[in-house]
Amino acid sequence: MSRERVYPEEPAGPFPEPPQTFADKEEREISVVTADESDVDAVTEMYCDFDPADRAQGIPPTGETRIREWLDTIFGEGLNVVALDDDTVVGHATLVPDTANGEGDECAYELAIFVLQSHQRAGIGRKLLTTLLGYGKREGIERVWLTVERWNRAAVELYRDVGFETCGSESFELEMSLRLNG
Amino acid sequence: MKVLLGIDGSDESMKTLRKTIDRTREADDDLTVVVVPKEAAKRSQDEMATEARDLVTEAGLDLDVRVVTGDPGSTLVDIAERESFDQLAIGGGTESPMGKIRLGPITEFVLLNANVTVRLVR
Repeated sequence: MSRERVYPEEPAGPFPEPPQTFADKEEREISVVTADESDVDAVTEMYCDFDPADRAQGIPPTGETRIREWLDTIFGEGLNVVALDDDTVVGHATLVPDTANGEGDECAYELAIFVLQSHQRAGIGRKLLTTLLGYGKREGIERVWLTVERWNRAAVELYRDVGFETCGSESFELEMSLRLNG
Repeated sequence: MKVLLGIDGSDESMKTLRKTIDRTREADDDLTVVVVPKEAAKRSQDEMATEARDLVTEAGLDLDVRVVTGDPGSTLVDIAERESFDQLAIGGGTESPMGKIRLGPITEFVLLNANVTVRLVR
């Protein structure tokens, strides 16, 4: 995509920063914390349990080997938060730099969230999303974008609600963007 | 099988071309390669056609590599239908930084408009 992506003029927010602890709609105590390469094993386990019907545009990949390869890349380059129910990872959200298009401060970040089927519809996705954005702002990230399948109304509504605006709709997927800083 | 492959001057198209050449040899297909225009592509259409002819010759195949003008998607669909190809092959998309598969506008047009079977090469 060589087309210049459009971002909202006004920064969105404010957003909570990690760590966050809250009770979800099922009254489970969930914490959202930052994650790094030492957490890849626990995150891999979550994706091994992930229902492939909830894949979006080929991710998460299936099979432990491919899941690990994928996580190595996004944990190597990106910012990550996970949602924990006790010590089990039940959700993961990530910001991955678009290094092919600009570096450092110029770099925009692609966002994605995944919540394990057993913990969906409980408000965990929203908390993961807002806390990841708070983390991203703290780390100086300025621009964030994502793609979402247009039939995924719940996700589109959630993104819109936290401040994402549609910036591309001529494609199969909807493209949305948000400004964090500056 | 009579296969039409559409490529532009991108790296993705080079990969698509290599894979399609391999498949052509395996299946003994009758392949035609068409190089469509793309703005700001890494290689010009003529450069791409030259590279394609080199690869084809290297693979020991004797086939037609054409350079066409006009809207890429509609031109490919038009050629496929007018010349009675069995299948239209194109690149199956690029990956976002996250690893999400993204289909380009040419692929989308072909998928939604072709009356022949479409092969997405990944």
